[in-house]
Amino acid sequence: MADQADTPTPAPDKTGGGNRPALALHVPEPRSRPGDPVNFADVKFSDAGTQPRPDESVKPEEMKDLAYDLVRVLGDDNQAHGPWDPKLGADTLRTMLGHMAMVRAFDERMFRGQRQGKTSFYMKCTGEEATSVAASMALAADDMVFPSYRQQGILIARGYPLIEMINQIYSNKGDKLKGRQLPIMYSSREHSFFSISGNLATQTPQAVGWAMASAIKGDSRIAATWVGEGSTAEGDFHSACTFATVYNAPVILNVINNQWAISSFSGFAGGERTTFAARGLGYGIASLRVDGNDALACFAAQQWAANRARANHGPSLIEYYTYRAEGHSTSDDPSGYRSAQEREEWPLGDPVMRLKNHLIAIGEWDEDRQTAMDKACADEVKAVTKEAEKNGILGHGLHHPFHTMFEDVFEDLPWHLEEQAAQATRERKIKWPDHHPKDGAGK
Amino acid sequence: MSAEVKDAAADVGERRVNMIEAINEALDIMLERDPNVVIMGEDVGYFGGVFRCTAGLQEKHGKTRVFDTPINECGIIGAAVGMGAYGLRPVPEIQFADYIYPGLDQLISEAARLRYRSANEYIAPMTVRSPFGGGIFGGQTHSQSPESLFTHVAGLKTVIPATPYDAKGLLISCIEDNDPVIFFEPKRIYNGPFTGFYDQPVEPWKKHEASIVPEGYYNIPLGKARHVQDGEELTVIAYGTMVHVAEAVCKAKGVDADILDLRTLVPLDIEAIEASVAKTGRCLIVHEATRTSGFGAELSALVTERCFYHLEAPVERVTGFDTPYPHSLEWAYFPGPVRIGEAIDKILRD
Repeated sequence: MADQADTPTPAPDKTGGGNRPALALHVPEPRSRPGDPVNFADVKFSDAGTQPRPDESVKPEEMKDLAYDLVRVLGDDNQAHGPWDPKLGADTLRTMLGHMAMVRAFDERMFRGQRQGKTSFYMKCTGEEATSVAASMALAADDMVFPSYRQQGILIARGYPLIEMINQIYSNKGDKLKGRQLPIMYSSREHSFFSISGNLATQTPQAVGWAMASAIKGDSRIAATWVGEGSTAEGDFHSACTFATVYNAPVILNVINNQWAISSFSGFAGGERTTFAARGLGYGIASLRVDGNDALACFAAQQWAANRARANHGPSLIEYYTYRAEGHSTSDDPSGYRSAQEREEWPLGDPVMRLKNHLIAIGEWDEDRQTAMDKACADEVKAVTKEAEKNGILGHGLHHPFHTMFEDVFEDLPWHLEEQAAQATRERKIKWPDHHPKDGAGK
Repeated sequence: MSAEVKDAAADVGERRVNMIEAINEALDIMLERDPNVVIMGEDVGYFGGVFRCTAGLQEKHGKTRVFDTPINECGIIGAAVGMGAYGLRPVPEIQFADYIYPGLDQLISEAARLRYRSANEYIAPMTVRSPFGGGIFGGQTHSQSPESLFTHVAGLKTVIPATPYDAKGLLISCIEDNDPVIFFEPKRIYNGPFTGFYDQPVEPWKKHEASIVPEGYYNIPLGKARHVQDGEELTVIAYGTMVHVAEAVCKAKGVDADILDLRTLVPLDIEAIEASVAKTGRCLIVHEATRTSGFGAELSALVTERCFYHLEAPVERVTGFDTPYPHSLEWAYFPGPVRIGEAIDKILRD
């Protein structure tokens, strides 16, 4: 008998086995490429206010339609409509708008800082501000969040000091993470904000584990995690869904469907076939699909899921349908793979503008105040940036002492790391003989 | 008999257990002592584990302390990372070391680096227990020794006991440790100290002095090797099942070997290794894992770098072959008495 390796693979033959038809592989293609006209006619959604809001104790199979529809509150008339209207007071709405404006101002400044060579990398969240700011405002301050890398809005909404963010982005001597992490991979235990990994979707089963721990202990705090639609293809996300449903964990799985994973459109995560919210239905998880550019809908959905989790009714999966208005990061140029017209034609508008127009429509805001607020945000970010630069910028000496490179690998330094730390210090004297310890690089 | 074993025996009057019972006791004690300890894994709950290491623990400590999980190693380790961030001290079981690979990213990229990347804000104080090693006709999916995959990762500790006494004391130290630890249990010696002479009957642990185990709490510090026997002719470095195999071969050959049971691969007891090789001038390293890039390569390099002027012969490695673990030819694969005997002859001849 011949080994399998000796048997040649049959030559391609369209007739295959007799008269069976030839198979064809489908490779997804986005709706437009650079220079193409853009048509979002296939993106269909019903009017704001027309989606039912079930009780938080509902069985997942009794709310299936909400995984395919789109929960919307803000209508074309800039008014809030329907049962999902969270009926927030004007002060809360202005606070929400202020956080979103600050996120945008911060992104602008940091992007520019990267272009000026002050750091290696930055990621904006333009167009997605509501999915982090409004959603996290619906949680308690001590509910634990496991973010991905585009949720700077959570930190800003929770009052994390901007200077800490900038120190981290600059990897300078003020960086609380000691210059170990890529810019924007923040961590703040004080703000119940988990350390951002940079590996995709790994935070999702961790959030479920945290929620399980909270339930084991009879705590009242819940967990929420954010993940991009592209990353839902990772096994970790499905591990998270399995554990969440098996243990009825008090967790919210937020999927930010911004249409693009670097250059791969959502079709490469299965978006051509069904919605991302519908992923939850197969697991028996309550699933909602929400207008991610509608801050009120984002808040309302997160609040619904938080109520559900807190009352031991179990996990929820929320898909935020939105659009990544800019590149993946400072290392990305989207003009190489998608039509620039997409951003202009995107049918769900801009989340900051929509919330602003709503506040104006209800008589609680005006253009002058908006202009003044935008300027105040830009001025504050500029001032804090200057302050942070006193701690140094990336690659300009003011980093943490060499020995910190070897700390926190373990709780204590084992002998082999002590030996390697001594070597690094010896090497420093050869590599940088003019170095003065007082600039912060010494030890 | 080591001093600590003698002391223990004196305290409790020759109480003897096998390795499974010793592990079960360690888990039971830690569940009792620390309300943040939780045990989870496939079949560990009501049933008590396929090797019975968690038998009775769910009944005693409750379903939210000891519970079954989905067949999903990524989820098991990922959830354990989140539980550790909350403040729990999870002790997940991976049913066989061969099944740990779906959880590798959560171990390598997440658990191992969490303390570092968050500058000590979050830690992953988990102990991942997993039976490993062959010699039980487990075929290629129930026999592997993947320890060097973990010793290669910055931020993970790797611990492998070789006796019931060590299994209990080391496991307690692992659970108390604030870093993630891989605790590999040599399943071939769960019930008795297998000597590698596969055609001879295996003695139960009850006839071995290291089965004398105190009933209560005690710990053995990580990073300290066990001096199995004192000798002058050559140093033998081993861990897990291979400690007993090497010991039996040296005895059968009448070789006066200085035998070290590493117990912890990371952090490594380099002082014990250096002291022994400085005394004997000859070094044999024995492990069951495949040879290329195995932990023996690291040990060999360290001994060469640090003990070169004491060496009177090249360092030798006896290992498994670089093949998947074969089912029917298990004893042809296993680094048993013939392979070890030849290596000893070569070292002593050189």
